[in-house]
Amino acid sequence: MSTPSGVTSRTRRPVDPSWPWVGAATLAWIAAYRTILPFWNWAIYDALGLDPASHWGQAAHFFFYDTTKILLLLGGIVFLVAVLRSFMSVARTRALLGGKREGVGNVLAAGLGVVTPFCSCSAVPAFIGFVTAGVPLGVTLSFLIASPMVDVVAVTLLYGLFGWRIAALYVVSGLVLATLAGFFLGRLKLERHVEGFVYAMQVGSGLSVDADAAPTWRERFAGGLDEVRTVVGKIWPYLLVGIGVGAAIHGWVPESFFVRIASPDNVFAVPMAVLLGIPLYGNVAGILPLVGALQAKDIAMGTLLAFMMAVVALSLPEMILLRQVLKPRLIAVVIAVVGGGILFTGYLFNAILG
Amino acid sequence: MNVKVLGPGCANCSATVALIEQVAKAKGLDVTIEKVEDLPSIMSYGVMATPGVVIDGSVVHAGGRPTQAKIEQLLGG
Repeated sequence: MSTPSGVTSRTRRPVDPSWPWVGAATLAWIAAYRTILPFWNWAIYDALGLDPASHWGQAAHFFFYDTTKILLLLGGIVFLVAVLRSFMSVARTRALLGGKREGVGNVLAAGLGVVTPFCSCSAVPAFIGFVTAGVPLGVTLSFLIASPMVDVVAVTLLYGLFGWRIAALYVVSGLVLATLAGFFLGRLKLERHVEGFVYAMQVGSGLSVDADAAPTWRERFAGGLDEVRTVVGKIWPYLLVGIGVGAAIHGWVPESFFVRIASPDNVFAVPMAVLLGIPLYGNVAGILPLVGALQAKDIAMGTLLAFMMAVVALSLPEMILLRQVLKPRLIAVVIAVVGGGILFTGYLFNAILG
Repeated sequence: MNVKVLGPGCANCSATVALIEQVAKAKGLDVTIEKVEDLPSIMSYGVMATPGVVIDGSVVHAGGRPTQAKIEQLLGG
């Protein structure tokens, strides 16, 4: 497309004019993040006069402090990740993976699954694009497993509710699981269970050259803001309900109630958590604060990680989409391998951390 | 100007169509918008992340809902 006259050309200015705004917003964010705990301590215990040891005091503090903390974290992290991801695209990832062999390719694909801007609603076109470019089936699956599993919202909530150790453990085990599951699936030689039309499909060249020109910082920041609006706009009701019920649990439900069903000694806790997690797809924001309240009541960490992975990675809608390109047997094998990997992760961390 | 929005009927695709219609109307541009939902056509443009936007035959955007500023820039006028 030709550039119409009168549109400013993209000559590089020394500093993009939006940087000072982003700098100011970052400072304001840090100030707000450091103020919320003392603020809610003061507001709830001093101004309202609630006793920190009482049911109402604990529940109100959990609700208001966790809500503001998680919304701030989500805003900051979703923005940052969206800006970073604006340097990547599915087309670029495909180019990086083309010609990579299994093994190295699986590791790379899992990593790229995390940094590539990708919505599972594009799973089918991405699958066709990868496979027709010669990316091995197992490597393609590593990408498609890692992408929803290491989800920004899920990791942010894990960090906000359980701390950075659990969040890091989740990211690392998600990457390892996606790498190994894809590698294993590749070894099984399941190519004949991919619908035949996929390999015959004509794939065009994608973005035209001048449209692919690097976006300006201003455009990257605008995209980041847009992403924050979309994500927070979609999940805040779930978040409020989840934290609200979590606050009630926090204040009133006795600890012994959950220890009985979710302790590391209960062998069935992990499979139960996985089965519970599958139909909850897309409701991470509502579910995790509940689990957060439970965790304070001593739920096992491996069980929690397995639950989280089942919620985001074993999603029915994505499997239905992929049915267009994968035959039922291959879908079943993918679910079995990923599900088995999640169970293993759950038991492993219960054994190590239990 | 002929604008095609490529994508298999996802929420972001409809949002993109609505946004383009809105920008075109505000600018008083004569734009025909087509939704392309079948897989072979989408792939023939090489779009692997939907929604994609095609203007007069060339792919100008792929992957996610474009911002309003981006659409304004793409439509020109």
